[in-house]
Amino acid sequence: MNPFQYEQSLEVDSSVDRVSRAPEATFLAGGTGLLDLMKLGVETPAVLVDVRRLPLAQIQELPDGGVRLGALARNSDVAQHPLVRERYPMLSQALLAGASGQIRNMATVGGNLMQRTRCAYFRDTATPCNKREPGSGCSALEGINRGHAVLGVSEACIATHPSDMCVPLAALGATVRVKGPQGERAIPFADFHLLPGNTPHRETALEHGALVLSVDVPALPAARHSLYLKARDRASYAFALASVAAVLELEGGRIRQARLALGGVGTRPWRASGAEQKLAGQAPSPEVFQAAAKAALEGASPRAHNGFKVELAQRLIVRALTRLGGRS
Amino acid sequence: MSSKIIGRPMDRVDGKLKVTGKAQYAAEYNPPGMAYAVIVQSTVPRGTVLRMQTSEAERAPGVLAVLTPRNTPKLPGADKFSAVPVLPRLTAMQDSEVLYNGQPIALVVADTFERATYAASRVRTTYVEKAASLKLEAGLERSEPALGNFGMPPPGHTRGDAAAALAAAPVRVEASYRTPTEHHNPMEPHASIAVWDDPEHLTLYDSNQGVFFMRQFLSLLFGLPPDNVRVISRYVGGGFGCKALPWPHQIMSIMAAKVVGRPVKLVLTRQQMFSLVGYRPQTLQKVELGASAQGKLTAIRHTGYSETSELDAFTEPFVNVSNMLYACPNVATSQRVVRLSASTPTFMRAPGEAPGTFAFESAMDELAHALKRDPLELRRLNHADKDPEHGKPWSSKSLLECYRWCAERFGWQRRSLQPRSMRDGDALIGWGMATATFPAFRMQASALARVMADGTAVVQCGAADLGTGAYTVFTQLAAETLGMSPEKVRMEMGDTVLPPGGLAGGSSTTATASPAIRSASNEVRRKLVQLAVADKESPLHGLAEKDIVVEDGRLSSSQDTARGETFAQLLTRQKLTHVEGKGDAAPDPAEQKFSSHAFGSHFVEVRVDEALGTVRVSRIVTAMGAGRILNPKTARSQIQGGVIFGLGMALTEETLRDPRLGRVMTADFAEYHVPVHADVPDIDVHFVEEHDPHVNPLGIKGIGEIGTTGIAAAVANAVFHATGKRVRELPITLDKLL
Repeated sequence: MNPFQYEQSLEVDSSVDRVSRAPEATFLAGGTGLLDLMKLGVETPAVLVDVRRLPLAQIQELPDGGVRLGALARNSDVAQHPLVRERYPMLSQALLAGASGQIRNMATVGGNLMQRTRCAYFRDTATPCNKREPGSGCSALEGINRGHAVLGVSEACIATHPSDMCVPLAALGATVRVKGPQGERAIPFADFHLLPGNTPHRETALEHGALVLSVDVPALPAARHSLYLKARDRASYAFALASVAAVLELEGGRIRQARLALGGVGTRPWRASGAEQKLAGQAPSPEVFQAAAKAALEGASPRAHNGFKVELAQRLIVRALTRLGGRS
Repeated sequence: MSSKIIGRPMDRVDGKLKVTGKAQYAAEYNPPGMAYAVIVQSTVPRGTVLRMQTSEAERAPGVLAVLTPRNTPKLPGADKFSAVPVLPRLTAMQDSEVLYNGQPIALVVADTFERATYAASRVRTTYVEKAASLKLEAGLERSEPALGNFGMPPPGHTRGDAAAALAAAPVRVEASYRTPTEHHNPMEPHASIAVWDDPEHLTLYDSNQGVFFMRQFLSLLFGLPPDNVRVISRYVGGGFGCKALPWPHQIMSIMAAKVVGRPVKLVLTRQQMFSLVGYRPQTLQKVELGASAQGKLTAIRHTGYSETSELDAFTEPFVNVSNMLYACPNVATSQRVVRLSASTPTFMRAPGEAPGTFAFESAMDELAHALKRDPLELRRLNHADKDPEHGKPWSSKSLLECYRWCAERFGWQRRSLQPRSMRDGDALIGWGMATATFPAFRMQASALARVMADGTAVVQCGAADLGTGAYTVFTQLAAETLGMSPEKVRMEMGDTVLPPGGLAGGSSTTATASPAIRSASNEVRRKLVQLAVADKESPLHGLAEKDIVVEDGRLSSSQDTARGETFAQLLTRQKLTHVEGKGDAAPDPAEQKFSSHAFGSHFVEVRVDEALGTVRVSRIVTAMGAGRILNPKTARSQIQGGVIFGLGMALTEETLRDPRLGRVMTADFAEYHVPVHADVPDIDVHFVEEHDPHVNPLGIKGIGEIGTTGIAAAVANAVFHATGKRVRELPITLDKLL
């Protein structure tokens, strides 16, 4: 681990100010990702600004019926919160499907948004990786890529976004409130994570020094009937090979609206808007669900070892929709 | 042997020490002035180190030394090992050749661990790269015949005429199986602290499976008399084979301590444990079975390849199980190895038997399916009543009773023969079974027992407890033999100042040390009795030795138990600090008249989510005929642990190397999946009562490894029964069932 300076911050403005003005400074929250990457030599910040004492841990109801998740709210607290469990069961399920109890007790909402890929090449500084070292090449393209993404990939990077929590947030169309050197702004969830393109080292829309304040989840009564399903290599404590967050609202025997997002298969949390459109207005049936699943994986670009994810994700979508929509 | 203490499910004597953090593991010693070493590893799979820039590391704060191939001291005894298979040719920076990706190429020593880690990251290396061999399948044409590990005969066996019998067999199955590279991953990382007490005397705190074996190796390597080397390994947080042989880190810590003139601690990171301490090599296996229409085996042919390194010729002897598991007149088995640019493989829990039973017991299931017969019936039909390989009688064998117990407990008679015939909601249900086996043998050991004047006892044997319960069962054995309560007996292990105690390998720890402990304890007991009857002031004076009862630290008359005295009273009056006995034990040639194996069976239920391909094991019933069980509680844990080890093999564990870099890319617990609690169902373990008068004086067979044999096949067979899909490549991940 590189030597670094550690500072504790007690207010938002000075934290943002401190990190903005120092190119090699970064925020430390739960530390469940950053500290590991520092030990591996992947992250080498010169200054860590510890934001854990900032007043950003609340989970509160918004006037429109949505819920605000403070950036420092712990994953375990969010997962167990009555508002979350009632209004967005898939969000609670996704959080509980991730990591382990110990990690969830440390990890925060903001940190989860910022978490970096589990690509083994990214985490091993002895191998080329465009995300870690722009221009060095992508080792995963012709390497071991069983866990890698099939959607949103580029020739520069096929690393999977590893988050469970972000999948239902993508489906819900949450908003990320951030404070940067230029002041406060709100970023739609769909714009928060970037596709790798030719710049896989740029992962989010945040400018250096910007701090996540909260994730605002909009009111969506239909989400009370929602589901998160995750397929993985063991029963617990493994990243998703594929996961799906789904909302299905039925009215008069027809699908009034659907929300669908995928994890484990995309380079970012993957909202399947095309599939949602296929579902809207249809009477639920296995054929309709399968057509939606197919649409969700349209354009998938698998490599040598991850071709199964295309089929797996589709089956998972059908399973989720069937469970929510009944009659199959 | 009466059984007041032996056979009791006693709690671990070291349990409280461990859960309160008081059991001192190798990395937890703090000799004064200790420095810290960190290994720098190669980043190319094959080549030569051309240049190393070490100046930045040398200038980094706190750095005491940077050792590279250029300035590392030569090892006086290094040439003694280069020719011996299965003592890895040392990659301890003795030359500039790089034989695999991740090989140690430098060592940084500093005053703190963090500073050493940082400085190690500043070493820059330039290589001349050479062509590397990275793929097992690509190397089959240049494969070599497999050698035997440690001077054992090469794997393989011929009896009868397997080729002719296969050609003539009315029913044949032929299938190829693959098992991947797997890593042991004990919870405790390898750790060494080297202390040069003076230029000729060395102490090594180390996590290993046998202190005397380690001492023998180190004394040869460093050119020291064995008595000048002390190795201490009191507690070990799991070994599974990867702490049996010496590895570079022990040697490097010792060299570094010499160079910097201070004690040096070297602890491997989890990532380093994937390239520095061995693994189970991947195997490609082919099994051909011939049988009569009734299902009697007429021919077995089992052949294949395993990977090995350029450093060593270690072989995973997977065919040997096919030589002896069932009665069959015509058998041909043989193996070859393929050298790859990889670190060297080593023994891993049930080496040979674990991958071998996967292939062979899968093939037996395939044969049962071809015959439309129940797989259990097929095995009963082919039961080997004597050892078919050597023609000797078994010293004992309870396999049929294991089958019977498991079948009844599991409800096997309700199994439908047809695959895909049992279902529950989204889940296909499958029932599978397989036979487990592991040889029983023992090594030499000595022990010392001392009853002290305060009425306590100390029993010493330099064997290893890898976390298995050896401290506990030896305490029970000594207490019962001495006639004392176990609470009064302290067992000491894992130190070369103690009497030599063998290597914790081949499931032999208990069988090896127990007879020595028993004999040492018996001698003390005899001496105490003799002292008492000869002592005019003893209430037992003048009685015949045979009329003395020894119980709970007290000697008394068998006629009148009120007449007697405690050990403490006797020794105190005699002004003795202690009474001592010594015991030695070694395999008796008479034992060679028999073949000794433990046998058992696993019955497994799986639930396969048909749409998603996920396999969940929902039920395991295991029975073992494994000789005398000294402690049913620790023994049950051993079998359960072995079964879980096998579940990882069956379903989740696979080490993957990059196809171009040869670098392990699954070098952490997020990528290398060991089973978690949620993967493990209730494991119902039963020991068949077995009295084996031939295997060794106490009738003990090992239980450390047998649990891992057969389980992968039982799971794969259950998956076939559930889905109709035969998965012949481990692990059975969901993509193989989609």
